[in-house]
Order: sequence, then structure tokens, then C-alpha cells
Amino acid sequence: MKPAAKAYSAGVKEYRHTYWEPHYEVKDTDLLACFKITPQPGVDREEAAAAVAAESSTGTWTTVWTDLLTDLDHYKGRAYRIEDVPGDDTCFYAFIAYPIDLFEEGSVVNVFTSLVGNVFGFKAIRALRLEDVRFPIAYVMTCGGPPNGIQVERDKMDKYGRPLLGCTIKPKLGLSAKNYGRAVYECLRGGLDFTKDDENVNSQPFMRWRDRFSFVAEAIRKAEAETGEKKGHYLNVTAPTPEEMYKRAEYAKELGMPIIMHDFLTGGFCANTGLANWCRDNGMLLHIHRAMHAVIDRNPHHGIHFRVLTKALRLSGGDHLHTGTVVGKLEGDRQSTLGWIDLLRERYVKEDRSRGIFFDQDWGSMPGAFAVASGGIHVWHMPALLAIFGDDAVFQFGGGTLGHPWGNAAGAAANRVALEACVEARNAGRQVEKEGKEILTQAAKSSPELKIAMETWKEIKFEFDVVDKLDVAHA
Amino acid sequence: MSTMQDYHSRLSDPASRKFGTFSYLPPMSAEAIRRQVHFLISQGWSPAIEHTEPQHTVGSFWYMWKLPMFGETSVEKVLAEAEACHKANPGNHVRLVGYDKLRQTQGAAMVIYRGKAV
Repeated sequence: MKPAAKAYSAGVKEYRHTYWEPHYEVKDTDLLACFKITPQPGVDREEAAAAVAAESSTGTWTTVWTDLLTDLDHYKGRAYRIEDVPGDDTCFYAFIAYPIDLFEEGSVVNVFTSLVGNVFGFKAIRALRLEDVRFPIAYVMTCGGPPNGIQVERDKMDKYGRPLLGCTIKPKLGLSAKNYGRAVYECLRGGLDFTKDDENVNSQPFMRWRDRFSFVAEAIRKAEAETGEKKGHYLNVTAPTPEEMYKRAEYAKELGMPIIMHDFLTGGFCANTGLANWCRDNGMLLHIHRAMHAVIDRNPHHGIHFRVLTKALRLSGGDHLHTGTVVGKLEGDRQSTLGWIDLLRERYVKEDRSRGIFFDQDWGSMPGAFAVASGGIHVWHMPALLAIFGDDAVFQFGGGTLGHPWGNAAGAAANRVALEACVEARNAGRQVEKEGKEILTQAAKSSPELKIAMETWKEIKFEFDVVDKLDVAHA
Repeated sequence: MSTMQDYHSRLSDPASRKFGTFSYLPPMSAEAIRRQVHFLISQGWSPAIEHTEPQHTVGSFWYMWKLPMFGETSVEKVLAEAEACHKANPGNHVRLVGYDKLRQTQGAAMVIYRGKAV
């Protein structure tokens, strides 16, 4: 005879009775999460971890009779492990396993509504940070992922054996469509592969989107005819509504443009996933910007780590993602960055705490996406960028192209020569980071544009310490 | 600061046409090319030779010279094929390709004999 069903008993129970299971054996199909929890004073670790597991899965603050109509033992999330955070005793890591049934297939929206929903405002904890998520391969395979992927993009753009080069057009606001197209044309004829709409450029009164798209298309066609190389411009289709977004994407397609752009956090996962599907259907490359990420990922005790946002984007879909530069003006620790660019590009990423990776992550057959390094970089950074990022990246020099004393085309040529010189040297077995100066100086002998660029930017460095560092024990 | 220079690139000037990776650098010396072939082989990629008339560089498919040299590890043999292709097609761009079968892409692609722009 089967045991009798549990009797109903109203009231508030401690979370740990139901949601703390230190002996739980993780299943291959479970979605696993690592949270960094800073509890309120007086709340012990097991109770805080169990509370997070409960509030991010099946639980609420009190027992309800309808709990007994379902198999909560099957549906609940479980806190199964607790670890110290090296170098910080105000907080601890809690590992939580969620059964795959809790999440709608192919919905990054649904996963994050649960994992980072109400639980982040929960009173029993002072701060909460989602450090990493292991998406089981069974779930990965329900998501569309990058619409094209690195290999397809290389084939379509006919660019091999080197990183790609881009540039964000500046000033970011205020140019007319024709003047903007001029800036694009000059960059592309000088040797860049891509130019980019600034994320702030959508469709403002000074430059409506349709005019921008038309002039940019003309710039691309002429630069392609002139250089004999394939060119693209990330036409930003981020818009106030999905209907408007698709309208802009359709026009980019009508113009025969190879790539469009979206801001996945301000636009939202729903819009992003839909747009990625549209791109897959229409053979369009998709560049992804990450405005708002630092609001979410920069505080070491609260929010969502960028490596998790990277995974969210790879699942939702995008062919490029901004990842920070390590060396430029924006935040990003080197080891940590290497961790999330692996998560963006590789097929299988092993747990590696030295890179902040808490779980093995299997991406199965899902394509990888290009890492985009952008922000405050110039020709002198080229050797380090190549050493850090390797070939499957786009290096974007905004000021570092447009700020060249002779103009955009010369700035672009300087960057292209510097990049090719570094790649040639690396392939020839030289240590590009160590020998960067000699390599660039040698290349500048045949490129007056590079020589001037090196004189212009020699002294600019960004040497502030990063705010969000990997957790390591203090010496 | 030296005097500002014009960027010379013209639709009407065939010398403005580029042809992918390393086409913004001066032509490589024989020794420099040898090092690139060595790199390609050391990555485990399959060397291959392609060529085209300089006025037809655009497009995904150049003429394939014989078949890719699967399993070839001799730098000299690869260079000899490139030279044979060049001799048989004087005036054409000759491109060295490294097929990376694991990642399903070309790990390298570079023009090592530059044809005369027309």
C-alpha cells in the first residue's frame, strides 16, 4: 500500500524544512544556479539559502492548501550546497537546483522571471547576486541561439584568419543622415569591416531611421565597390515597440544590408528573442549591444553577473555581443572577461573558478557569437587585444578611428594595418603583447596613417582599478 | 605634426581594390610567407591554393588549384604548389587557405602572389 497523503497544516514553516537538501544528487536535466547571498543579521546560511530556493521556485511565505494538490517534491528548487566566498565573510555562495519542468521551453524570459524575480527584493536577505547558471543541454536545445554564428558570419562577410574591425560613429547624437553616412563611408573605404550605430541612435528628430538606413546603404555600396571587400553597418533597430522594430528590420533587408543591431537589455529578452528568430529566417546578422548591463552586473554583492547575461544572450540569440575590452575605458577584469568570452564562443566550457566559472556548460550544437571589444581603445591597444581575444572578435575603435588627425579613412587604415601586422607577427611565432611596440613601429614604416595614429594616442591610458573583481582570498 | 595627407582610394583606380587579410600590408617576403605556411600547418589545418583574376576578387568562390592538400605537413610542398599555380596563371592573385575542419571554417586565407590590378 502506498503511504497516505500528507495532512494539511496551516501556518509559517521554516524554509529549510522543505528547501534545504544537502544530500540532493543533482540531475543532468536540472538547471543549476549559484547565488551570492548576503543575509540579514540573525538569519543563518541554511535558512537564507533555502529561502532563496523557495522564493525563486515554488514557495511562498506561508503554507497554502493547494500545495497538497501537486507534487512539490518534484517541482521545488533545492538549495544543495553552501560555500564560503573567498575574502569576504559578509556573504556566502548558495547552490540551487531547479527541475527543468519549471521553465517554459525556449524562454529566457521565463527563466529570468523565476531566478531573478521577487526573490531579489526578499527582506530576509540584504543583498543577492546571481553569479552563474548551468543551463542543462536539454534546455539549451530548446532555444534558438545565435541566428548565424561565427563561422557563417565569416563566410558571408568573406573574412578569415583575423579579428574584424569596427567603429561606432560619433558624435553619437546630432548628425544629419547624410553627414552620418559620410562618416560611415570614410571609415569603410579606409579598411574597416563594420561601422556601428551608437546605441543611443534610434530614430530621433535630427535623423529619422529610414533616412539613416538609406544613406548608410549608399555608403556601404560605394565602399564595397571601391575596396572590393564586403562591408556592413550595424543598423540599430532597437525601437519603442516590437512592431516598429520589425518594420525597421524589414527595411534593412530590403536595402540588402548584411547586419542589424539590437540592445538586448533595454529592448528586453522578449523582443530580442523574436528579432533573433527573424534574423535566422531572413539571413541577417545580429549585433547585440548591452546598455544597462552595468546597472545589473557591476555591484559585487547584488544583481546578476555579466557571465549570466552572456549566457542569456547566447540562448536568446545574437551574433555579436559587447564583452568589454579589458584594456580600454570600461570596466572588466582580464580573467573574468576570458571566462565570459569562452561562454559566448565555445562549445563546452569547464568549471574554472580562476575565471569565475562555477559550472561546466555544454552548448551542444548551438553556434557561438563574436566577442566585441569596444570603448576607449586605439592602435596601441591592438597587440593586447589580439592576445586577449584571439581571432573571433570584433575590435571597435570609435575615437580611435574618427579622432585620427587626417580623418576617418586614415584612422581606419591605421587600425587595419596595425591589426594585420599583429596577426602576421603572432602567426610567425612572436609574442605580440611583449613585442607590440616593435611590431607596430615596423608596420608604420609603410603606413603614414599608422605612424600619425601612434603619435596621436601614445600617452592615453585608462589605469583605474576595476570595481567588480573575482572573489579571491586576501593575502 | 606632419602635413595632412589625402587618403588615396578611387573607384577608377584598380590599385584601390583589396583582397582580405594582409592586403593592407606590403607584399610579404619569401621568408615571411614560409612562416605563415608553417603556422597554418602547425594548427592542423589543411593547406589549399586558390586563384582568380584581379578584376574578379569579389565573391565566395575563386578557382581551386587542384584539391586541398589534406594531411600535407611539408612547407616546401605547399609553397611549390602555390608557385606552380602562379606560373600557370600569371597575373592572377594566388591565395593560400587553411581549412580548419574541426571548426568548419577557414583558419587562414591570404593572398601570397599579388596579380596586377587592372
